[in-house]
Amino acid sequence: MAMTEQRVSYTLDSSLETIDSAEEKATRIATELGFADDEIMQISMAVREAAVNAVLHGNAYAPDKKVTLAFERTATDLIITIKDQGKGMDLSRIPNPLAPENLLKTSGRGIFLMRSFMDVVEIRPTETGTGLKLIKHVHGPTAGGKEASQ
Amino acid sequence: MSMKVATRQVDGVTIVDCSGRITLGEGSVILRDTVRDLLSKGNKKIVLNLNDVNYIDSSGIGELVSAFTTTKNQGGELKLLNLTKKVNDLLQITKLYTVFDVKDDEASAVKSFK
Repeated sequence: MAMTEQRVSYTLDSSLETIDSAEEKATRIATELGFADDEIMQISMAVREAAVNAVLHGNAYAPDKKVTLAFERTATDLIITIKDQGKGMDLSRIPNPLAPENLLKTSGRGIFLMRSFMDVVEIRPTETGTGLKLIKHVHGPTAGGKEASQ
Repeated sequence: MSMKVATRQVDGVTIVDCSGRITLGEGSVILRDTVRDLLSKGNKKIVLNLNDVNYIDSSGIGELVSAFTTTKNQGGELKLLNLTKKVNDLLQITKLYTVFDVKDDEASAVKSFK
């Protein structure tokens, strides 16, 4: 684990435990940053889904591949990045889970849930796999002093 | 908290009382095994009581869909009972609320089977 005042990052194994661990870290950090209860649930669930993607679909549980998870707090946002070392993701092949023909599919809702719960979701190929950036805007009195300046 | 299930019979309907988390891994497997076991024993009227399920991820949602379609394909019916707000919200945003038969009291859930 590497840590600065505004940023914390972790290098994690490609295991089921990593998924639970990522969710727990997201819950703890979102709580510490003062997000509301429903926002904490949304952030932790989005991070869980991103971790599932990285471990299951990206690294395919490969023991020699790692997942990196980072949380960064700026004046206005909580920025979460999750990177895997997998073969990459073809977004064009991910069907719309709300389409009638896909409603009864048993998978394919992870990215949709991330997009539903976060303000920004960016998915990009990296040199070694796929990188997801999840952003939740900070509201309320902890938002970089916005309240105090008004 | 991991997933736990307990089954009971009410007027020919199997109520599956679920508690904990239905997520990738153990929680999804327990739900899958429970429903398959019920169907293999001829119990085709199933109600999943989710009153004490506090968390479902996309894998858990997929498992609910799988339980629903597996039961239907075997000539049975699977209904959901007592959704928490979190689970209800998830089913709303994924449009699955329109797929599942969702009940909010056990007596009417049992009565609703043909």
